[in-house]
Amino acid sequence: MSAKTTYKWIGSSPVRPDGVDKVTGRANFGADHSEPGMIYGKVLRSPIAHGRIQSINLTPALQVPGVLAAICGDDFPDADAVQGMSSGESPADMRDIARNVMARDKVLYHGHPIAAVAAMSPEIADEALKHIQVTYEALPPVLNLDQAMAKDAPLLHEDQITRGLPKKPTQASNIAAVLNLKRGDLETGFSQADIIIEETYTTPTAHQGYIEPHAVIARCNEDGRAAIWCCTQGPFVVRSLSAQVLGWDMGRIKVTPSEIGGGFGGKTTIYLEPLAVKLAEKSGRPVKMVMSREDVFRATGPTSASRTHVKLGMNKAGKITAADVKLECEAGAFKGSPMQTACMTALTCYDLENFNITGYDVVVNKPKAAAYRAPGAPLTAFAVESAIDQAAKRLGLDPIDIRLNNAAKEGTVAPYGAKFPPIGLVETLQAAKAHPHYCAPLKPNQGRGIASGFWFNAGMQSSAAINLNENGTATVITASPDIGGSRASMALMTAETLGIPYADVNAIVADTEAAGYCDVTGGSRTTFATGRAVIMAAEKVIVSLRERAAALWELKPEQVEWRDGQAHPDSEASAGADIKPLSLAELALSAAKTGGPISAKASLTAQGAGGGFGTQICDVEVDPETGKTEIIRFTVIQDAGKAIHRAYVEGQLQGGAVQGIGWALNEEYIYDEKGCMQNASFLDYRMPVALDLPMIDTVIVEVPNPNHPFGVRGVGETPIVPALAAVANAIDSAVDARMTDLPINPPKLLKQLSTA
Amino acid sequence: MSKQHITTTLNGEPTEFLCDTRQTLLDTLRNELRLTGTKEGCATGDCGACTVLLDGKATCSCLVLGVEAEGKDIQTIEGVAHEGELHPLQTAFLNNAALQCGVCTPGIIVAAKALLETHPNPTEKEVRYWLSGNLCRCTGYDKIIHAVMDAASAMRGEQP
Ligand code: FES
Ligand code: FES
Repeated sequence: MSAKTTYKWIGSSPVRPDGVDKVTGRANFGADHSEPGMIYGKVLRSPIAHGRIQSINLTPALQVPGVLAAICGDDFPDADAVQGMSSGESPADMRDIARNVMARDKVLYHGHPIAAVAAMSPEIADEALKHIQVTYEALPPVLNLDQAMAKDAPLLHEDQITRGLPKKPTQASNIAAVLNLKRGDLETGFSQADIIIEETYTTPTAHQGYIEPHAVIARCNEDGRAAIWCCTQGPFVVRSLSAQVLGWDMGRIKVTPSEIGGGFGGKTTIYLEPLAVKLAEKSGRPVKMVMSREDVFRATGPTSASRTHVKLGMNKAGKITAADVKLECEAGAFKGSPMQTACMTALTCYDLENFNITGYDVVVNKPKAAAYRAPGAPLTAFAVESAIDQAAKRLGLDPIDIRLNNAAKEGTVAPYGAKFPPIGLVETLQAAKAHPHYCAPLKPNQGRGIASGFWFNAGMQSSAAINLNENGTATVITASPDIGGSRASMALMTAETLGIPYADVNAIVADTEAAGYCDVTGGSRTTFATGRAVIMAAEKVIVSLRERAAALWELKPEQVEWRDGQAHPDSEASAGADIKPLSLAELALSAAKTGGPISAKASLTAQGAGGGFGTQICDVEVDPETGKTEIIRFTVIQDAGKAIHRAYVEGQLQGGAVQGIGWALNEEYIYDEKGCMQNASFLDYRMPVALDLPMIDTVIVEVPNPNHPFGVRGVGETPIVPALAAVANAIDSAVDARMTDLPINPPKLLKQLSTA
Repeated sequence: MSKQHITTTLNGEPTEFLCDTRQTLLDTLRNELRLTGTKEGCATGDCGACTVLLDGKATCSCLVLGVEAEGKDIQTIEGVAHEGELHPLQTAFLNNAALQCGVCTPGIIVAAKALLETHPNPTEKEVRYWLSGNLCRCTGYDKIIHAVMDAASAMRGEQP
């Protein structure tokens, strides 16, 4: 496969197929669907962060008039019997998922579900929750890394043995896993260094912050089949996980993905779905469940708090001689923080001879971490990119040059072992250097920060179908939920491949029984992997079209060429003959006579997603009186391989960077000493608003990915990775304050300024 | 609890409905009138996804009771397009790719409409200030601000 460079549709920015529905309020999101006879489910959540459940009595709740069903852990198969790993971006243990959606013997965080009811109205359901009687034996909560790893720490899971150590320990621990990656020799590397930077960096628990709370409607039919309608990044994943938690055969469940109001990784798993199915089964009525914003904060999402220790050796020329990285990462109540990907990405921007990376996955009494945009990568990038900035400052070198000195390129072997195909880090650094932003003048208290970042991008499984309509238009069907304009990119790739106008293609997202299997919309994989399935299906359609034209012309299909949306006889066949080309529309119209309707399907496991690299330039102004940081200019530069829908690629770059800015400056979970989150609302968990930001400039670099016909790499996740350090580096450049603990909120920065 | 009978004008049409006295206007619109274009992001007045115009003023419908709408004029996202034609804001949002997931979009369009009705020529800063009660987690706001500025200029009759 090779990427050509001129296209008719690829790289343009047309209106998305679902656009009108979304600007008129017609699009149906998770909570917008209704079923006749529908009732409302609510969840009772643990009021304590750590405890053993002694008893649950649902009977008083069932006696509240209007209550039709009540459930608890006993209504599901024994969690120990639920084994296996989930598919998806961050694979998780099914036994943990089963226990996370409904507590069994223990509650492990404030907000952990312990029971649920369904009633005629949401108000009655709320009332009924108050009548459920639960007794607990409260246990001391474990709320941070130090508490969790302390000798004699209370254990969340008495059977958890640390994995990944050379010798299997005999004692249970809150450390779920340890990972080590290394190359070369640290001692030699550090002995070659002229300077050594050594620092510890910390990041808080933060949330994906999608605006749409989780919502589900479930219906159980008399024949034992169930239908789930929900907002998810992956309907097939919901089907498989829900079936396993319920102990059902998966074939009994159909999942219809609604429109989805943001996910960022947080909707790649399940929470309410099996509960709604169980309540629907018990009550005989369709059940709607919608989380409150407080529930969303307390019981879904968050990404891990982390602590990264970096020791970096560098010579005077600005070459890294050795790097030692130690990461400790909170997983929440169950193992599976993004420690592994955080370790794998930590030093991936650089070509290093000597390094050592160690990661610890540590359970604490907080909600189970879920994937969040480039899971884990921002944690270590914040640390490593800050340390590199410190080194540049110490050596008096340009922060872009110092990165260029060490940058990974084609042929570099990444710390996790892969040898890079063509990648675009150097190109993003060069584009940053050439950008007018990089030499724009700065005023007092203003500063400029640079940081780079990497995300793997995923491939995984996808399917697509294309049906030609009798008027020559095409419908593309996939099961990849559209979170940011993917219908438009599927339609663009179809139009380009078939050679028909974009306006003649409609792209839809279908349910698990109408579409072939697709893994989640996540891992920045949809335009790459589902896109490849779409292109493969379009190529099969072209094969049919050539056959149909050949039949009409009484030629062999090999004698027919497909160009610009038309069948042409090849030069030999057309020599001397006056054969007019046949358009796709003409062939579609005559399809009944040439073999029937024209359609094609394709499925694949996509390999070779091509790594995504980006570099960002951030300017800030710090108010020394208040410690408030204002972002005054921001430029996101990223290798997209090839941008299919330009404006939506820019949108990913802008949105990702702004999530990183929020994480750097404001966002954090605040807990009291009992493990109760104190700021579970958008008022107190403050995400960036329009007034906090300038326009976000973007530069799309295109180093084509050889594994995609148009050269696509994923773009969605990389832009959050550099942003945290870009902000911190800019603050240091503005006011000479090296901030190593996020978020860099005004009180913290003011304190640092006053002690300096 | 017995329901109250409420008389309003909804998207230009006289509309009566029954609602529980505890129900917010947001829940009344979504659950009783089945107008689900208005979204709930928080139910505490912090995200703006539920923005409607109440007597022309941008209002979080999650902070108002259904019964408080008695005698009032309510405009929701469903009433923004008129007689089969999109409002210039809607067109500008589409042309600027100013939505990714689109769940914030109804609230933002309704809030921006209120802005442009009173301030036909806002500065970027004014648009940012006005929309600061509307959270968008996907876009970083850049394209939203561009869309509102474009719509303003289209509504002033300027050539793009
Ligand atoms: S739902 Fe009303 S402001 Fe968020
Ligand atoms: S487009 Fe998703 S929240 Fe705004």
